[in-house]
Amino acid sequence: MRAIIDYIKSIIEGIRTLLKGMSVTGYYITHPREIITQQYPENRETLEMFDRFRGEVVLTHTEANEHRCTGCSACELACPNGTIEIISKREEVDGKKKKVIDKFMYNLSMCTFCNLCILSCPTDAIVMSKDFEHAVFDRSLLTKVLNKPGSKLMEGVR
Amino acid sequence: MNIYDFTGLTRSIHEGLSSSMSPLAVTVTEFVIIAFAFMIFFTILGLVLVYAERKICAFFQLRLGPMRVGKWGLAQTAADAVKLIFKEPMITKNADKFLFNLAPFIVIISTFMALGALPFAKGLHALDFDIGILYISAVSSIGVIGILIAGWSSDNKYSLIGAMRSGAQVVSYELSVGLSLLTIVVLAESLQFSEIIASQEAGWWIFRGHIPALIAFCVFMIAGTAETNRGPFDLAEAESELTAGFHTEYSGLKFAFFFLAEFVNMFIIAAIGATVFLGGWMPFHIGHWAGFNQIMDFIPPIVWFFGKTGFLIFLMMWFKWTFPRLRIDQLLTLEWKYLLPINLINILIMAFVVLMGWHF
Amino acid sequence: MGEAVKTVTNTPFEEQEYFINMGPQHPSTHGVLRLVLTLEGETIRKVEPHLGYIHRSIEKMCEKDGYKQIVHLTDRMDYLSAHINNEAVCLAVEQGMEVEIPERVKVIRTIIAELTRLASHQLWWGVMGMDLGAITTFLYGFRDREMINDIFEETCGARLTMNYNVPGGLMFDIHPNFVQRTKDFIAHFKKKLPEYDELLSGNIIFRKRTEGVGVLSKEDAISFGVTGPAGRASGFSCDLRKHAPYSAYDKVQFKEVLGTEGDSYARYKVRIQEMWESMAVIEQLIDNIPEGDFQAKTKAVIKLPKGEFYQKVETARGELGVYIISEGDKSPYRMKFRSPGFSNLSALDHMARGAKIADVVTIMSTLDLVIPDIDR
Repeated sequence: MRAIIDYIKSIIEGIRTLLKGMSVTGYYITHPREIITQQYPENRETLEMFDRFRGEVVLTHTEANEHRCTGCSACELACPNGTIEIISKREEVDGKKKKVIDKFMYNLSMCTFCNLCILSCPTDAIVMSKDFEHAVFDRSLLTKVLNKPGSKLMEGVR
Repeated sequence: MNIYDFTGLTRSIHEGLSSSMSPLAVTVTEFVIIAFAFMIFFTILGLVLVYAERKICAFFQLRLGPMRVGKWGLAQTAADAVKLIFKEPMITKNADKFLFNLAPFIVIISTFMALGALPFAKGLHALDFDIGILYISAVSSIGVIGILIAGWSSDNKYSLIGAMRSGAQVVSYELSVGLSLLTIVVLAESLQFSEIIASQEAGWWIFRGHIPALIAFCVFMIAGTAETNRGPFDLAEAESELTAGFHTEYSGLKFAFFFLAEFVNMFIIAAIGATVFLGGWMPFHIGHWAGFNQIMDFIPPIVWFFGKTGFLIFLMMWFKWTFPRLRIDQLLTLEWKYLLPINLINILIMAFVVLMGWHF
Repeated sequence: MGEAVKTVTNTPFEEQEYFINMGPQHPSTHGVLRLVLTLEGETIRKVEPHLGYIHRSIEKMCEKDGYKQIVHLTDRMDYLSAHINNEAVCLAVEQGMEVEIPERVKVIRTIIAELTRLASHQLWWGVMGMDLGAITTFLYGFRDREMINDIFEETCGARLTMNYNVPGGLMFDIHPNFVQRTKDFIAHFKKKLPEYDELLSGNIIFRKRTEGVGVLSKEDAISFGVTGPAGRASGFSCDLRKHAPYSAYDKVQFKEVLGTEGDSYARYKVRIQEMWESMAVIEQLIDNIPEGDFQAKTKAVIKLPKGEFYQKVETARGELGVYIISEGDKSPYRMKFRSPGFSNLSALDHMARGAKIADVVTIMSTLDLVIPDIDR
């Protein structure tokens, strides 16, 4: 008799736990306000990344097409993966030969977004942008030249 | 009641055909019409059910589900169907090609055969056997042969394990489905669907049959879910254990057949449950409240039928998206140690209730 | 594997082993782990894990990198406790540097480590439900983890591979919103965690699937080196936050959660309980973040003195050991990680023998394996 009562009890208890689980899912299907989906390409305008989000490395340029990079290659040394390569050239300024950057090469496909280059930059020339849509159809497009054509070093940065 | 009776319509079609054709030609034409109607119904049913499942599952999971193709993603399943049709049908190298190609058709044919015996509304009934319930439970278990063949012929160990699980599962749960339906047959005193429905004119069996009917309904829902390889009983597919179980190696249209068959099977089980326990197309009647019953009669029976079936389908989806999957030995324990004894005792109680005339 | 192939040839059918490959591509191995299951019907006779599919030689790469650069590689080991891995490396390097780490750094590191643990356990809970067939749990776990990821993204700049630590401190100070967001999250999650219990813990199917499955005794847990929640479920008191406190763990009150049964359900329960404890730790610290620098003064190029340095920390999965041999250069001579996943995986065969195929999935998910952590 005892066994039969336990048997029936176990069934009722089992059903009770099942109903409890169903009440949780039942709550969510009756409360569509809880839906957490964001429709991504549609909400592109309103989508705001956080300030510190590490998207990709960019060399900031002013409106006068000036940047702050002196070509010291501190970032190149700080980078763990060889993502950054600085090709510098000697340019004659006021009769003196001076080292300036020719090309700031940045290979996005190798970048791990570790932020070490930004920290190492003595002149705050590079920053991490908030852009995260990196997909391209050609791998060669991922190797970027960060300094814009015709740009030059900002006055007073050394 | 009479405004929604399809008997007159079908009879007039029959008479119209008979007046111009020989009896054989009439039969053939009617077969073709019915086959065509069921094919269209099958396709629409598949598309609607897949869409409904995806949406309902999404809402359970705090998601939106398909939203891109058409308004609220309404055309999503149609787009998927087109994609599946154009997909390359691949066959594994060492597969038994004949059986491999045969399996999806066995599954889908069994589904069609079961679908044919369902009463959709008064007079809208392709096959009204006097052993309707026996026929439907016999036919719906043919599908497992297709699953077994699919698993065996795929030359994939996962498929084989999935198929064997499915075999053990369907054979066991067929018993419970049959017995729980028999509980109501005891009440209704008939195996014919139209008579079972007619016997519920004064109220549905689930209400009139006291607790035994309620228990039978619960058992039927559990066993029915298990028989369609769905919900917490989807061991034959068990995607976290067997990748995709018996249909791992199928692609394209053949996969679509399995997929559709699963959903239509779910519809069939829900429809049987609705017919036997919830009165099928019979509107909600309470005893002798003539006024109330008349208001209920204004709602067309086809709405009643699909409403009840839809409710049961929703219940099955609710199970699926809430519960973890059972293990194979627990699955068999549930059947042989719980459902079957409960069912047998339940039938005895029901017989006693009917004998004493205690039901309403 | 070689053995298995041999037995297939020229033996009667009854004596052949029926083995299936679970992985490298399989939904429930959560990565590229390959398990060769030897079966007898549905029953498991033997499980052989095959590793190396995601080996990236992180230890070797460390030998050419500077100490600051090593940190970001450890994000990619156990990516679910990325911050704790970073912290371990930084603590080991700081041992050699002999710098005084500001209190503020210690507290912030502890808070973020506990948030990482919560995020990891939330993901584990979701994935565990999914492995057992309750797919809905996956989305619920992710919903709550999303809030933590937002906190990380705002303060650290990335959601998963945060790289927030540098030897000597933190990369930036915490974001002004950090404290408020963390409090919001705790308030939110305190409401949602009981829901986890209602949905899964009490569920009769779930109980039957996990109770008595994959039992690991305390002795076996110790001899296999199973640490973390999996070891504690067997009664092996191995919480390094208690036994070898680092950062700010000696200043906070929390219980070491211990189980007794050592089955899958005990491992599940320990993790759920740990989430409560993690929240308690965060609550104690979040209002008391001391003022001060977020970084100790360090040289631009860090050089460790000649010697050996070892630091062990408690990740969400167990004991992570970082072992550095330095020759006095700016990069280590040899670097070795003692990863929790590797040791925990070694107990899988012992636990799974005699169980069913479905139980292997259960045991794997209660061990909470992260495959890149095993292979490194």
